[in-house]
Amino acid sequence: MVSRAGSLPRYMLQRLLLVIPMLFILLTLVFLIMRVAPGDPVSATVGGQLREEELERRRAALGFDRPLIVQYLDYLGDVARLDFGTTITDDQPIMNIVKENGGATLTLTVAAFAVALFLGVVFGLIAGRFRDSAGDVVIRLLGIATYAAPVFYTGILVKMLFAGNLGWLPPNRATSGFTESDVDEHTHILLVDALWQGETEAVVDILEHLVLPAATLGIFICGIFVRLIRVNVLQTLQADYVEAARARGVRESKVMRSHAFRNALVPVVTIIGLQVALLLSGAVLTERTFEWPGIGSELVRYITLRDYTAVQGIITMFAVVVVVISILVDIVIAIIDPRVRY
Amino acid sequence: MGVFRVLFKPFGQTTGLARWLLISGLLLTAMFVTFALFAPWIAPYGFAEEVPKKVAPPGDGFLMGTNDLWYDVWSRVVWGSRTAIEVVILAVILGLLVGVPMGLVSGYVGGWLDRILVLIMDALFAFPPLLLAIVFAFLFRDLIGGGVMAVALALAVIYVPQYFRVVRNTTLSAREATYVEAARAIGAPGHTIMGRYLFSNVIQSVPVIGTLNAADAIGTLAALGFIGLGIQPTDAAEWGFDLQRALDDTEAGLWWTGVFPGLAIVLLVTGLTLVGEGLNETINPTLRKRRLRRFALPPRRPAVEEEAAR
Amino acid sequence: MNDRMEPVVSVRDLRVWYGTERGAVRAVDGVSFDLLPGETLGLVGESGCGKSTLGRGLLGMLPEGAQTDGEIRFKGENLRTVSRSRLRDMRGPELGMIFQEPLTRLNPLMRISEHFEEALRAHTPGISKDTVERAALEVLGLMGIPPTRYRSYPHEFSGGMRQRLMIGLALVFRPAFVVADEPTTALDVLVEAQIIRILHDLRREFDTSLLLITHNLGIIAEACDRVAVMYAGKIVEVGEARQVFRDPQHPYTRELLRSTISLSTTGLNYIPGAPPDLTDPPPGCHFHPRCPDAMRVCEELDPIDQELSGGQRVECWLHGPDHLIGVDGRDRLRVREELSVADEA
Repeated sequence: MVSRAGSLPRYMLQRLLLVIPMLFILLTLVFLIMRVAPGDPVSATVGGQLREEELERRRAALGFDRPLIVQYLDYLGDVARLDFGTTITDDQPIMNIVKENGGATLTLTVAAFAVALFLGVVFGLIAGRFRDSAGDVVIRLLGIATYAAPVFYTGILVKMLFAGNLGWLPPNRATSGFTESDVDEHTHILLVDALWQGETEAVVDILEHLVLPAATLGIFICGIFVRLIRVNVLQTLQADYVEAARARGVRESKVMRSHAFRNALVPVVTIIGLQVALLLSGAVLTERTFEWPGIGSELVRYITLRDYTAVQGIITMFAVVVVVISILVDIVIAIIDPRVRY
Repeated sequence: MGVFRVLFKPFGQTTGLARWLLISGLLLTAMFVTFALFAPWIAPYGFAEEVPKKVAPPGDGFLMGTNDLWYDVWSRVVWGSRTAIEVVILAVILGLLVGVPMGLVSGYVGGWLDRILVLIMDALFAFPPLLLAIVFAFLFRDLIGGGVMAVALALAVIYVPQYFRVVRNTTLSAREATYVEAARAIGAPGHTIMGRYLFSNVIQSVPVIGTLNAADAIGTLAALGFIGLGIQPTDAAEWGFDLQRALDDTEAGLWWTGVFPGLAIVLLVTGLTLVGEGLNETINPTLRKRRLRRFALPPRRPAVEEEAAR
Repeated sequence: MNDRMEPVVSVRDLRVWYGTERGAVRAVDGVSFDLLPGETLGLVGESGCGKSTLGRGLLGMLPEGAQTDGEIRFKGENLRTVSRSRLRDMRGPELGMIFQEPLTRLNPLMRISEHFEEALRAHTPGISKDTVERAALEVLGLMGIPPTRYRSYPHEFSGGMRQRLMIGLALVFRPAFVVADEPTTALDVLVEAQIIRILHDLRREFDTSLLLITHNLGIIAEACDRVAVMYAGKIVEVGEARQVFRDPQHPYTRELLRSTISLSTTGLNYIPGAPPDLTDPPPGCHFHPRCPDAMRVCEELDPIDQELSGGQRVECWLHGPDHLIGVDGRDRLRVREELSVADEA
């Protein structure tokens, strides 16, 4: 039962080796669907709008005139260099979109995650502590309802109430016009830049815009945290070591604080990796709802334009991000809890 | 029918809140199924039928008002149930048709085939489901148009890995079970063993996953509609599309165009989730808290000696 | 030997019943015994006879839905009726408990030092870390745990060491009474011997009275002053360990001793049948369906506690009282050969 010291690097290597085939399969799949299946992405995207010579020129520019296997190997090689291709409609490298709009998406997802974690911990602990009480029942029902509500529906309701009827907060976009001109872009994360330059007014403006989208997305994903933490509290309260602590005369409130809460929170880290997928999906929809200038909004815009290479590139980028984050989370867990490495 | 026995088993076993939740789940689901089956009789207008009034508030002949496309919102809600249930049933059946046989074969044959299939399915499973649906919906829309079938296919892809997993794992453990060994020893041909023994084991867990996936599929269907990858409004009524249209209305203070279709999604998803969890609790009774019977300690019987002394 | 000492724990007519779907389980059904200062009483019986319930019931550590009645007198208070908070305050400083499975009894996220701090702070708020450490290291030293391990996490210890930690956590308060519920069942034989040694030496170091619950008669012989034999929720025989082992007075004790394996055993003995269903135990003496000596009276009347000349107490009609046994009460219920047939019926 004694942990083997020094097995962390080996575990990390194992984890990485497992991920490579998975990433390879995902990329192959995306390539097959987005480039092979439609035949010719250029005419599928802008066919009928441009003259044949222009289409031909674009095909050549994007390398679609070469054999598929060459295109495939190129695609894999490009992704390895973090080059996700170029859009057909406006000739933009995907990496530019990531640079320009990634900051907004990052701000939204991080803030939403914080909201979800906060709500999840508070309500999960209450529901678990007071099992089967009225509060527990209400929290569980709300948990089902918030998860049942599509994130864009919650968004619409929230906008109607807080931006429309009450007029407390701005409904759309990440900033008011003046902020964008006041803040110089360095990191492309507006909030960070504004804080860095000490633009108090801009910071307040950005935060005001952030509240509704972050709360909407946070509420959507908090249900899973509530459930998980509630179940963990229930299980921990029945754990043998909790009974042993009670047998030493430890007060119930202290048992709650030092055993149940603490031990119930550890498994939360383990599902963060899974949550990233949900968080990204939710972010795409939330951005569309609040006209948030993130990568998700761009994705939806290119979907409307039927831009094959843009959709392919953005989806590939998301796939890489999800896989990388899941490895990072696993490694962090292994560092926190040595029992994971067995 | 075995399915019905599984469906109604929870009633006898659950009590209090759990039973109440299951009943409300069944009622909600039944309501939308009724809408779906009898849409032409329930809805006052067709799903793409223009009415005389544009963006009229609820009341005055229009139960839930009308929207900017000159459609009756209540009719769209009713017809939307039909679309949602059609798509979801199609998606779950398609997912089952692909996932179950693949899982059976993978679990039964094992070896390299199993390893490769598991790897592919794990990769699909790790991918955010909405993004997967977007990719496939994007493709199918070009290939077969933006109809019910295209969306159902895109949704089915998401659920294949789940069915595959459950079926493969059950098959693996069933293969180890002695009765399969016994059947093999008797000389039953391979496909009989798979067909009869394994399928009956697998069929138990399918209603739970199917119901929960159906709930999930309603949300994903709406999401596709919301980002413009769903069903064309003239093909069928779809709540996600209506919500996308309603997005701009909210700032104009028009609440009814969005609130009602969204509410329909919430209620149907909640209903299906409650049913799925009710089923799950009966299949995994460990989730339930054991009930304690109240009783009173009977008074001590007088000692025999006292009795004898009398 | 300790005849004139005041008992630390004095249990009278204790009953603990559980409510279940099938009816009330009479896990403990009218149990009485005394425990003298520094004395170790072994509680032995088959699994499911109510030993653990009795041990937990003494400290008020029963699951929801259990009901109790009777008296548990400890230092002038009835533990069964004192308030929950009073009982909580007594657990630790006065009453200790050692559990069966040491692997799961320590919080995996807390250092050993934190376990000691939590326990001691629960009863002495504001006690300094140094004081805790001194007390803990002293008791850990007696358990054979080196001071360097004080800040380790539970998973860094073996099962036997964890059980010693658990014992240390109970004894750091120097409680007057400790219940040890099968403390060695989950451990291997060599470790078992170590733990029994430690428990045996308790008296010398701590003057603690111990109720040692086990199904292992060898442990009783090695570590206990007296032994109580439990069957179907009742204590059927109590007495000095050596006396009981040499000259068992209850047929159940006798059969139990016969069924243990020793080097001199030539054949395997076992008691036919299974312990009764405690929701509906047989009338009269609960052991009569399995008892080779059963008499007519045994299935009619509950046996009565009798004190024998050797100091043992027995609940068995073989030992009377004669005046309560009817005319043909002493008739044999069956001849031995019939037993297996009767059992199958």
